[in-house]
Amino acid sequence: MPEPIAPLRIALAGHVDHGKSTLVGRLVHDTGSLPDGKLEAIRASSAKRGMPFEWAFLLDAFQAERDQGITIDTTQVWLKTAKRAYTLVDAPGHKEFLRNMVTGAAAAEGALLVVDAKEGVREQSRRHGYLLSLLGLTQVVVAVNKMDLVGYDQARFTEVAHAIGAYLDSLGVAPKAVIPVSGREGDNVASRSAAMPWYRGPTLVEAIDGFQPPPPAVDQPLRFPIQDVYKFDERRIIAGRIESGRLEVGDTLVFSPGGRRARVAAIEAWPEDRRPSEAEAGRSIGITLDDQIFVERGQIGHLEDAGPVETNSLRARLVWLGRQPLVRGKRYKLKLATAEHQVEVQTIERVIDTADLASRSADAVLAGEIAEVVLRARSTLAVDDARLLPRTGRFVLVDGYDVAGGGTISLDGHARARRDSIRSTNVKRVEGQVSLAERWQANGHRSGILWFTGLSGAGKSTLAVELEHHLFRKGWHVAVLDGDNIRHGLSADLGFSPEDRAENIRRVGEVAALFARAGLIVITAFISPYREDRDRVRRIAPDLFHEIHVAADLATCEQRDPKGLYRKARAGKIQEFTGISAPYEPPEAPELVVDTAAHRLEACLAQLSAYVEAHLGAPGGR
Amino acid sequence: MDHLDALESQSVYILREAFNKLDPLGLLWSLGKDSNVMVWLCRKAFFGRVPFPALFCDTGKKFPEMYAFRDRYAREWGLDLMQEPCPPVEEMDPTLPPAARSSARKTYALKSLVQRLGLKAVIAGIRRDEDATRAKERYFSPRGENAEWDVREQPPELWDQFKTDFAPGTHIRVHPLLHWTEVDVWRYIRREEIPVVDLYFAKGGKRYRSLGDQDITNPMASVAATLDEIIAELEATRAPERAGRAMDHEAEDSFERLRVAGYM
Repeated sequence: MPEPIAPLRIALAGHVDHGKSTLVGRLVHDTGSLPDGKLEAIRASSAKRGMPFEWAFLLDAFQAERDQGITIDTTQVWLKTAKRAYTLVDAPGHKEFLRNMVTGAAAAEGALLVVDAKEGVREQSRRHGYLLSLLGLTQVVVAVNKMDLVGYDQARFTEVAHAIGAYLDSLGVAPKAVIPVSGREGDNVASRSAAMPWYRGPTLVEAIDGFQPPPPAVDQPLRFPIQDVYKFDERRIIAGRIESGRLEVGDTLVFSPGGRRARVAAIEAWPEDRRPSEAEAGRSIGITLDDQIFVERGQIGHLEDAGPVETNSLRARLVWLGRQPLVRGKRYKLKLATAEHQVEVQTIERVIDTADLASRSADAVLAGEIAEVVLRARSTLAVDDARLLPRTGRFVLVDGYDVAGGGTISLDGHARARRDSIRSTNVKRVEGQVSLAERWQANGHRSGILWFTGLSGAGKSTLAVELEHHLFRKGWHVAVLDGDNIRHGLSADLGFSPEDRAENIRRVGEVAALFARAGLIVITAFISPYREDRDRVRRIAPDLFHEIHVAADLATCEQRDPKGLYRKARAGKIQEFTGISAPYEPPEAPELVVDTAAHRLEACLAQLSAYVEAHLGAPGGR
Repeated sequence: MDHLDALESQSVYILREAFNKLDPLGLLWSLGKDSNVMVWLCRKAFFGRVPFPALFCDTGKKFPEMYAFRDRYAREWGLDLMQEPCPPVEEMDPTLPPAARSSARKTYALKSLVQRLGLKAVIAGIRRDEDATRAKERYFSPRGENAEWDVREQPPELWDQFKTDFAPGTHIRVHPLLHWTEVDVWRYIRREEIPVVDLYFAKGGKRYRSLGDQDITNPMASVAATLDEIIAELEATRAPERAGRAMDHEAEDSFERLRVAGYM
């Protein structure tokens, strides 16, 4: 006996009262999928209420018919055509049930969008259409329903078909078919309509039979998110599901974030005589490694040179389902595959009006709305672009105890993605013949990065320039990296979005590290408000990095306001101004704190000079 | 990967999520075909073990074959079996129809097991295709302090991101078999050679399609005496699985009332 093929899951979508339930009833009946006794029951229910035969009772009246043991429910219906089996997931058309619509549609592989021929395209037709594209459902068939109510008029069909077609097209969704149907009369559902000889396309059944099961993710890059680590016996088993690609015993896996690596020693299984030598996308497996490296839930195993992007800043499109609105500046828990991260909503780029795809700016996103946002995490996330690898490119946000939204990640123009394209070429670090110790000997002092961080107006640039002058006069090799100079050249291609700011800091860090390795003392003066960004620079050159907090309270800085920026920010003329409308994360364990609010410039300079003398003065030691 | 592999992998993923996120955890073992498949899937997920107790609510009215099955396989499968006798039917809600009243006893036994063992969550082997109310379920389904189910406020559940954050006092039901159908279960039993109680196989023109208490479970007319025959029979039938379970059919809302009050 052949093993069964999985039923294809189709989500229904469309505005309330556009006849989805009737169409489903007709579809189930006309394909011969109706359970015994059901037809009579619907006829009786209809007659009892003095109505003509009402197909919708198949879905809508199931509660009342439980006594008769009917196993059809409001959320799922099973259906068989000559070609294959289907699970129809009924998605409520009412706005307040959007949560359930998303729950149902997220699990589907194709969608049937129902539009009333008489009413035309309405609010939920568009919203559902948009959500289908957000959820990655690109196989869509449109049924222009209730053609009987418009006298099977070709002109009206063409009008509605054009409207919905144009809307879907603007979302990048090309419907497989747009079909004039009557759910009530059965026209073009399972059989061709005599009333619409002008229509030559497929029937509804033919159209859904044309859906393809999703292509297996086997040929994509390997993503193996760790779900758990078991130590039931002497084995240390890394458990998880392969979300894409395949792995084999002997493969070297890299775990991101972190980058630890080890080889797959075995793929474990029970019963133990069934241990496979390879496994592919979709399988829940367990592996042992040849090296007992520390890895944990949330990390993603992948092959060398084809890993996810590591970042702490994400641009995403999301649908919000929470009771409380999504608010800029608020923290949420992000769950992506098996990883969890605390994220902050850094910006709400735009809220999309699904009616006309216009966008507006907003400080909050309400339930049912779709928005583009930038999220920032304190920790490093390993992610993919949802269009390439959906399973590691999508996430939910948890507000309090509740899953309150779902989103897909876009890595368009992402700094890390750009860096990866460079990394993929065959680059090796060139080791020179002059060692750093020799440079220090020659210079008479050690080198390093003095990373000044602090609010605008705290005195970073002033102190940097003064310190540089002071050290230069002593004959030391010293240079200042200043924000504006970098922006004019090295980072001229970057703007001020959160990702671009992060990328700017990364570049400064890399350049500073090159200078320091060449024997210079590098002083940088950047607000660099995010701990994660500074920590990343520290990781570039941990031995050379000195984090110096140029500290002054906000009131003092605002009073000084040397460039008039605080006044502009308060007036709303500058967005995302650190301290006013964007956060500053003070260092947790800086090498030095210089308090410019409490001390005069000379005292601060003396403190800095003493620090540099003590730590970088003698070439021999630190 | 075929259909059964996909069903298995999805269930294993859910079991591992539950084991990682919900502690302590218990597995309902009713001795029926679905809960035996569940034990099997646990052993797949946890490499031969069931790393949490198996819960058995003893109505005292199961078939003798079922008690014999329990004694044999609790030992063979190395289950940490936790049992609880059900309270007498006289203590149940008198407004429920008779068979539903009888079934409500199981809910009480389960609640005392949950309380006695301090369980955060219970794994149950229900499926969407069994019943209209089960079709609306989530994989991770939160219940109130008294195990009650709020059907109007179910959490969104997308992309296998389950609800794993809960207010204190919330109890969770986990449903790893939700996406299976009855015939899927039998095909898996055949492929994996999972033991089941003999009552499922036809004798004298009758077999049990669903197993409950002796006094409220009826056999169906059937000649299906082997796994192959059962599968062939189910592929052809249009009769519902729980037709022989009296408590589902006494009144329009009796099963829904049982479930809202904490029944599986």
